Amino acid sequence: MLEKILVLLCLPSALAQHLCTPGASDGYKVRLSIKTALGDQAYVWNENEMFLFRATLAFAMRTHFNGQMYNVSNIVVCDETPRVSFWFVVTSPLDTSTLVDRKDVEEAVRKSRNRINSAFLLTDKTLEFIGIAPTLAAPVYPDPPPWLIVFGVVMGAVGAGIIILLVTSVLQKKRKKNEKSEGEDDEEDTRVKTVENGTASDGVYNMSFSDDERFTKM
Amino acid sequence: MDRDAESAEQTQVDGLKEIIERPKWDNKVQYLLTCIGFAVGLGNVWRFPYLCQIYGGGAFLIPYAIALVFEGLPLLHMELAIGQRLRMGSVGVWNSISPYLGGLGVASLVVSFLVGLFYNMILAWILWYFFHSFQNPLPWRDCPLNFNLTGWVSECEKSSPVNYFWYRETLNITPNIETSGSVQWWLVLCLASAWCLVYICFIRGIETIGKAIYVTATFPYLVLTIFLVRSLTLAGATDGLIYLFTPNWETLKNPKVWLDAATQIFFSLSLAFGGLIAFSSYNAQKNNCERDALIVGCVNSFTSIYASIPIFAILGFKANENYNDCKQWNILRLTNSFNIGDENITLENYDDWFKYLNKTDPSEVKSLNLKTCNLQTFLDQSASGTGLAFIVFTEAVIKMPGSQVWAVLFFVMLFSLGLSSMFGNLEGVLTPLLDLHMIPPWIPKEIFTGLICLTSFTVALIFTLGSGNYWLEIFNSYVGSMPLLIIAFFEIISVVYIYGINKFNDDIEWMSGRRPNIYWQATWRFISPFMLLVVFVAYVVVEAEKQPTYNAWNPDYVQFPLADVQPYPEWVFVICVLLSVLPVVPIPLVALYKLMGFLKKYIMDRHNQNPYANELCHGEL
Repeated sequence: MLEKILVLLCLPSALAQHLCTPGASDGYKVRLSIKTALGDQAYVWNENEMFLFRATLAFAMRTHFNGQMYNVSNIVVCDETPRVSFWFVVTSPLDTSTLVDRKDVEEAVRKSRNRINSAFLLTDKTLEFIGIAPTLAAPVYPDPPPWLIVFGVVMGAVGAGIIILLVTSVLQKKRKKNEKSEGEDDEEDTRVKTVENGTASDGVYNMSFSDDERFTKM
Repeated sequence: MDRDAESAEQTQVDGLKEIIERPKWDNKVQYLLTCIGFAVGLGNVWRFPYLCQIYGGGAFLIPYAIALVFEGLPLLHMELAIGQRLRMGSVGVWNSISPYLGGLGVASLVVSFLVGLFYNMILAWILWYFFHSFQNPLPWRDCPLNFNLTGWVSECEKSSPVNYFWYRETLNITPNIETSGSVQWWLVLCLASAWCLVYICFIRGIETIGKAIYVTATFPYLVLTIFLVRSLTLAGATDGLIYLFTPNWETLKNPKVWLDAATQIFFSLSLAFGGLIAFSSYNAQKNNCERDALIVGCVNSFTSIYASIPIFAILGFKANENYNDCKQWNILRLTNSFNIGDENITLENYDDWFKYLNKTDPSEVKSLNLKTCNLQTFLDQSASGTGLAFIVFTEAVIKMPGSQVWAVLFFVMLFSLGLSSMFGNLEGVLTPLLDLHMIPPWIPKEIFTGLICLTSFTVALIFTLGSGNYWLEIFNSYVGSMPLLIIAFFEIISVVYIYGINKFNDDIEWMSGRRPNIYWQATWRFISPFMLLVVFVAYVVVEAEKQPTYNAWNPDYVQFPLADVQPYPEWVFVICVLLSVLPVVPIPLVALYKLMGFLKKYIMDRHNQNPYANELCHGEL
């Protein structure tokens, strides 16, 4: 009697085991690279870790199919290698001889991928589900693009510099002109003075004849 | 009487004013730094190391040194001396020597203008990369995602993120030169900022250039030293350096090596642009130009060699990284396929594992299509020009810790190298125009320099098109090469045989206190002109043998990412020839024009023997 009960108990798991084969149509291969991810703090992969994996996957299936009670026994694992890679299939909780469709498994894994990764302290690259591509992070495009900010700063500085240089050169020219005209004013004043003082002896200095002197070369 | 004395005084004051008003350098250091800055440019960083590498490392230094001694230094000394003596820009100098030679100056002016156009476009690209170096991660590290976020953009995946960033995000290049594409607004912005930066330094001519040069000429050396120290500590640096400097004496038998050494020295020293003549014309006349020429020439060559050390250390580092990545890829393939424990195969024991696995299961190993990783192949991936700066170096920088700092430093260094060379180009345009009094005196200098910059910016907008890079390559190969050789040849012939070597020797003795020795005499009279002629002929022959083709970046090409080698279409080739011929055409044209004027006057003289004829009143009496 006892043997019969034992056989009956082992039968489902034995039946389920034959459903899991490497290359199964509804199964996925999982590959872990623990040493690459954690280096010195890598943990050893043993039965307990495998149990955690099966439990995490059952959690993922439960989260995806709200209501269906997936158990650790529904996750069947086979073909373990020292790489730490293995195949797994998921049996339906209602009927342990049928497998859950691969698309449903994929969706469940995708949904809870982050939780699965963090349970093992791994990333998308180091915990690979062969065939389930990780959703790439959406790119963050800061607005305005940072290069325009740097461009704005540089152009602002250069523009200010150009304006300052132009203004200083204009001011310099104005100053020179003022100095020049002041000098001319002095000359005119002295000339006027001599006219005033020398009215009696020299007479008024007539400019019109002196200009002609420069043009005719005699 | 008083009036006479006053007017005489006035003309004397005016004459003095002219002498006073010619700008001059604040001190000798400014002048030397400006000449060095003009000579030391982008080519010292990205052309010389490449030549060193492909022509057998240390062995290349021999033809390079010979070219420097027999071609570079004599031409340099001659240009500096003639500018200092005659105190005018290129057009004025050649006009003074003989009115028939005015065309030489015009040719220099045209070449300086055309080269300034595309050179500043390169500076605009450098600015673009500089603006983008303030991000984490650097934008050329990763491929962008495609439209529905399922993978990467295919063009980027097939080539590499660095290539994609250069060809697509920077240039947005078209598949061939006939397709012009549209004006890329971001490049227009960068070009505008490059021209503004040039303008602010160039605004008052050498007054502002002299201040700016303290920074732009010395900063590259500082950065090169920092890079030298950093790069020598990188893994794989020694591989790169050994590869660079291991002499391969066999290459000396190849005549192309000698030709490339001669052209490299010639273009590196920025001869025949008229810029050096312009700079030395602002000197005091009593100045030892022989020592200046030796300093500038030697510093230029020293900089080339000094720059190639960190460049090659970093390239060696990059090759090492690529080699390790290649091996790691193989290791991962083997680990995954044979389900060996994670990290059991390492870079060190890879060869042992490989032999073992190949023995046990050769068919499986074969099916993996492992890459052959050869360090030499990665070291051979050399590049020069923009390929070195924007593709190879940027790839190396992302693998260095603290990438942003190194990227910023590198691009600022490139920018200051290019900026100081731009000063020379623009002075080669400004000084002749000022000396010819072609500018009405009511236009202030600031406005005139602004007009030059604005005109150049507008014309250079062709380089911001989708096909801009192809046009830039055309300008670079056709304007910046043959016309310069022709101009330099005529320059040295004019000075030695038309101005007169004895008169020239007397001038130099008066200026520097020493008569030029036998080395200068021999090189000026025979060796340099002969070398120039040989180099020019060889250059033309080599260029004529090559098919006029160009490398196009065509994502639809069958063998993409390899370059799609396309021939130039007819109309483009015509433009290429025009670009080579246009700068040189003024030389015979001006001579002809002056000759016609002389003949006309001679014939009129012969006809009219009447000494009282008023039409001939040109002051002979």
